[in-house]
Amino acid sequence: MARIGILAVQGAFAPHAQVLRSLGHEPVLLRAPEHLEGPLAGMVFPGGESSVQIDLVARLGLEPGIRAVLDAGVPVLATCAGLILLARDVDADSAHRQWSFGAVDLAVVRNGWGRQVDSFEDASEQGRPLIFIRAPRIVRVGPAVEIVDRYRGEPVLVRAGAIMAATFHPELSEGDGLHREVFGAAAASASAAQ
Amino acid sequence: MQKSTNVTKLGLAQMLAGGVIMDVVDAEQAKIAEAAGACAVMALERVPAQIRKEGGVARASDPAMIRAIQKAVKIPVMAKCRIGHFTEARILEALEVDFIDESEVLTPADDEFHIDKRGFRAPFVCGCKDLGEALRRIGEGASLLRTKGEAGTGDIVEAVRHLRKLRTQIRRLGTLGKEELAHEAKLLDAPLELVTSVAQTGRLPVPNFAAGGIATPDDAALCMALGAEAVFVGSGIFLSEDAPKRARAIVSAVTSWEDAQKLAEVSTGLGQPMRSLQVSSLPEAARFASRGN
Repeated sequence: MARIGILAVQGAFAPHAQVLRSLGHEPVLLRAPEHLEGPLAGMVFPGGESSVQIDLVARLGLEPGIRAVLDAGVPVLATCAGLILLARDVDADSAHRQWSFGAVDLAVVRNGWGRQVDSFEDASEQGRPLIFIRAPRIVRVGPAVEIVDRYRGEPVLVRAGAIMAATFHPELSEGDGLHREVFGAAAASASAAQ
Repeated sequence: MQKSTNVTKLGLAQMLAGGVIMDVVDAEQAKIAEAAGACAVMALERVPAQIRKEGGVARASDPAMIRAIQKAVKIPVMAKCRIGHFTEARILEALEVDFIDESEVLTPADDEFHIDKRGFRAPFVCGCKDLGEALRRIGEGASLLRTKGEAGTGDIVEAVRHLRKLRTQIRRLGTLGKEELAHEAKLLDAPLELVTSVAQTGRLPVPNFAAGGIATPDDAALCMALGAEAVFVGSGIFLSEDAPKRARAIVSAVTSWEDAQKLAEVSTGLGQPMRSLQVSSLPEAARFASRGN
């Protein structure tokens, strides 16, 4: 069992906690600086409203703790708004330019597929189930970022070091594939730690 | 590519968890709400306390106002239609609002039937006072519920009553035998399959947020402690003395609802709350929560 932090300031942190628990991990909801003090074996940046999340990260004083987790190089899974929080450039060419951690060399635009009536389900080029909800679109991928999966030619799942970032919502799909890939299941992570 | 599936509709409701949805009457208020940390705004012509005061028939908003708000902010924009008024709902859908609130705050258009929400591309949120009402709305296709409370009063007592009732009834279902569920469904006047699902899982199949009477950060935190996954704040923000500050404080309170130190900090120096009304002093006809069935 590994302690996996989930940024829980706003958004769909509960479904991630459920998947992590089903894999035998201990989800830790992160809402205050002291929640980031214990050692974390990984971290999830969930979906939600990225502008709200980043604002709350700042006002609750979570930024240094999160930076430390990112610098530690533990496995990280970021979905939708979570990917926006970690991208280098967010809506860079608009009046809505937004601050972000810049941990993954990506440029993204928020709500890149349109409003909620344009939210959709489909499958990726590699057959992953894709649920897009007012999803961001990746418009530039840095040289150090690996494209793991695409949808109609566009990157939707990328990896940069220990960070896996998706524009879709694996936590809302059936199955635990991506969480298992990033964090392992409890037995596997216990043997890996020994 | 499948658009507007049950999964994507429910998904947006899930994304709003832990957030505050604020009533706004123009683009300027929408911008203030977004800057304060609202996870969505509800566009309407008059906030509930104004509707209560001015009386008359309250209807869906002017499309021009909704468009102006959509243009002003990046967060989801919701709008209200009258209970049963599916044509108003079709107009809101055509405007591509992100969520339609079939709301008792507006004057009901149909005193018997709610909208059949399954045929819409936009997701719906509906009010409820108890489990039966919640499950009827889900049966009609609502992707999100909010306990009704009593909108436009600044009195939290009804929101608390409805949240507690829902929670108690959900717990009770879990104690019933399989053979008792059909009878219980009849008593609740709710679809048996939904009653069975709640009995098995111990939770509603869609999120439930709180609404109606939230005027302070601690009201919002109280609702979270009673099991609401997010809150709607109507008149409580823009009819208070310092709207941006109060809006920001309520956002912080919904995230830090378990942290009394933090709540004390954000509740400090907010100025006057909205002018409030005690629900117990309202005649039955003046209560919005009893609209709809």
